[in-house]
Amino acid sequence: MKSFQRIILPFIAAVVAMSAAPARAADLSADEIVKRSIESFYYAGNSMRARVSMKLINREGKVREREMTILRLNLGKSGDQRYYIYFHGPADIKGTSFLIWKYPAKDDDRWIYVPTLKLVKRIAVDDKRSSFVGSDFTYEDVSSRDLEDETRVLVRNEDLGGRPVYVVESKPKTPADYSRRLSWIDRERWLPLKEEYVDARDEPLRTYTADKVEQIGGQWAVTVRTMKNLQSGHRTEVVFRETEYGVGIKEDIFTERYLRDAPAQWVR
Amino acid sequence: MGALKLGRKAGDRATRKYFLVGVSSAFFVTLAPPATAEGISLNGFVQSHVAARTSRVDCADGTECDFPAIDLRGELAAEGKDAAGNAGFLGRFDLLRDIALAETRLETRELYGDLNSEKLVARLGRQVITWGVGDLLFINDTFPKDPVALFTGQPLQNFKLGSDALKLNAYTAPANLEIVIAGFRPDNTPTGRRFVLPDPFPAGLPRRIEEPGNSVGELEVSARAYRYLDNWELSGYASHTHFHTQARRVIAGEVVGTYPRLNTVGASLTGSALKGVFGLEMGYYESVQDREGRDPSIDNSQFRGLIGYTQQPWNDATLGLQLYGEWMRDSHNYRETLPEGFPVKDRVRKVTTLRFTQLFAHQTVTFNVFTFVGLSENDHYIIPSLRYAFSDNLWAEVGANVFGGNRNGTFGSLQDNRNVYLTVRLGI
Repeated sequence: MKSFQRIILPFIAAVVAMSAAPARAADLSADEIVKRSIESFYYAGNSMRARVSMKLINREGKVREREMTILRLNLGKSGDQRYYIYFHGPADIKGTSFLIWKYPAKDDDRWIYVPTLKLVKRIAVDDKRSSFVGSDFTYEDVSSRDLEDETRVLVRNEDLGGRPVYVVESKPKTPADYSRRLSWIDRERWLPLKEEYVDARDEPLRTYTADKVEQIGGQWAVTVRTMKNLQSGHRTEVVFRETEYGVGIKEDIFTERYLRDAPAQWVR
Repeated sequence: MGALKLGRKAGDRATRKYFLVGVSSAFFVTLAPPATAEGISLNGFVQSHVAARTSRVDCADGTECDFPAIDLRGELAAEGKDAAGNAGFLGRFDLLRDIALAETRLETRELYGDLNSEKLVARLGRQVITWGVGDLLFINDTFPKDPVALFTGQPLQNFKLGSDALKLNAYTAPANLEIVIAGFRPDNTPTGRRFVLPDPFPAGLPRRIEEPGNSVGELEVSARAYRYLDNWELSGYASHTHFHTQARRVIAGEVVGTYPRLNTVGASLTGSALKGVFGLEMGYYESVQDREGRDPSIDNSQFRGLIGYTQQPWNDATLGLQLYGEWMRDSHNYRETLPEGFPVKDRVRKVTTLRFTQLFAHQTVTFNVFTFVGLSENDHYIIPSLRYAFSDNLWAEVGANVFGGNRNGTFGSLQDNRNVYLTVRLGI
C-alpha cells in the first residue's frame, strides 16, 4: 500500500499541478494562442452590453465622433454570435442601427436600418475588411475575425509595458489590404495589447494599441483602444463605457423588430 | 398637422387631418407617463437645395423653367420613449420656404405614438412605411411616395411620404404580422408647375381631381407576414388600396383625375448568396375598377416582378443590379380601347437598374450613380451624385437627373426636365 502511495499520489499531484499551471509558450501553438485571444477579446462573457464612443481624427486633428451602444450574444459552442449596434449620434445618423449575425465558418449576415426611410436593408456580406463607419477599424475588428482566414507562427515571447506577451505573426490566406500582422497577446489575460499591420510592400500600414485594460465582472477587457493608419495619418480612438458581461440579452433582440425599434432596456 | 397653405383638395384633406390629429393626441395622452420618461431628444437641420434645368426647352407659362426647385428647409425632430420601452413618440416637422413656387409650408413628415408590449406593437399617426426588397423599385410597397423629390435631387429620405395610419405588429412564433390601416394620401407626382410634361389632353380643358373620401369603405388596408427561413427572409403581402397616381379621363368637358381602387398580393425573398445579397419580389396588381382592361384611363391589371443582386466588388464599394418587369394582363383589350394620340404602353415593360457606390477618404466622400434603363421603352434615367461631409454636421451634395431616350417612355417623357442640383445641409 505504501508503495502505491509513493508512486501514485505524486503522479496525481503532478498531473493536478500541471493542469493548474499557466500555459507556457512551449505548450501552445500559435493557432491555440490566437484562438484563446479571440475568445477573450470577442467572446468574453456569454453576452455583453457597452456604450461606446468613437473619435475619428484626421491628420490635421479634425475630429468626427460616433456614439453607439453595442450588444452581443454568443450562441452556444458553435461560435455563432449576434451583434446589435445602435448609433446615438451624430444627429445625421441618429437611430441608424446594424445587425450582424456572425458565423465562424461562413460569411456573416448583416442588416442596416435607415430610420428616415424606415428601411431595413441587407448589406453585401463580402466586405469584412471594409471600414466600419469611416473609422480605421474594419467590420472584422469590431465583430469577430475568423480563425481560418489566416495562417500564423509564434515569433517570440517578450514583455510589453510590463506584461508578458506572445508575439504572433499572422498572414491572410487570401489577398487582403495587409500582407502580415504582428500581434502582442497577453500571456495571462489573452488580450491583444498591440498589433502592427504591414502592407504588400512591407510598409507599416496600421497599428492597434490597447490603451486601457480593466477587469469587469471577472473578465479582462480592453476599454480604450486606438487604431492608427500610419500611411494616411488618420486614427480612431474608441472608449468602451458601461461595459457589462453576462447581462441576459435574449436572442430575439437580434431581429428585424428591434433593428427598427431599439430595445429601450438595452439601448440607453 | 400638414400644410399651412392648403391646396385645392384642402377641405377634404383638412377634415381627415384634424380627425387624425385628434385621434393621435388622445393616443399620446394615454401613453404619456412623465414620471418614467427617458426624456425627449431633439435634433434637426437646416438645408438649402437648388435644381437647375439643363434641358433647352420652352416652358409654358406657369412652369418654373430655369430652377424647378429652390428651397430652404428647416427640420426639427423630437422623440421620446419611456424607460421601460412601453410607449414612445416621434415628431418630424419641416418648415419649408419653397422659393420656386413662392410658398411657405409647414410639413408634418412624421408624427406618431407607439404602444409596445411583448408580442404586440401599435403605432398611430403619420408614419413612413417601407416594404419590399427593391432598390428604388417598388412592387408590394404601395405607400405614398414623392417622385418630385427624386426627380429634383432632394435627399432620398424625402422620397417616402408618411401615411396617416394605424399600424399593428404582432410577433408570433410562426410568422410576424404587420397590418396597416391608412387614409388615402396621393403620391406627389410631377405637375406643370415644375415639370415640362407631355399632356395628351386638350390644353384648354379645365382640370379637376377627385380624391377618395374619409369613409371607412375608402380606407386602405395592407398586411405583411414575414419570417426567417434560416438566414433568409420570406415575406407575403396583400393590400386593398388605391392607385396613388391619377387615372385621368374627360368627363363633361373637363379632365377628371381619380385614384381607382387597387388590390395587390405578392411575396419577397432575400438572403445571402454568391458573396452578395440576393432579392426576389413579385406581385399581382388587380385593377379593381377595370377588371377587363377595357378602360384605357385606368391602369390594366399587372404582374410585376424583380430580381436583384448586390455585391461588394472591393472595399468601400457596392454594386447592385436589378431586373424588373411589368406584364399587362389584358393588353389586347387595352390596345383596342386606347384613344388615338395616346402613347401605347408595351405589353411587357422591362427595366434594368444599376447602382454603384464608392466611399472615399474615410467615408467622407460618397460617389454614387443609379441608372434606370428601360429595356422595352428604350429610355433611361441616370442619377450621378457626389457628396462630401465637411464635418459630422455639414455636408454638401452635387448631382444630376438625366432623363433620355424614347419620348414615349416613362423616363424618356421627362427629358425636358434634365437638371443638376446642389444640396447643403447643416445639422443642429
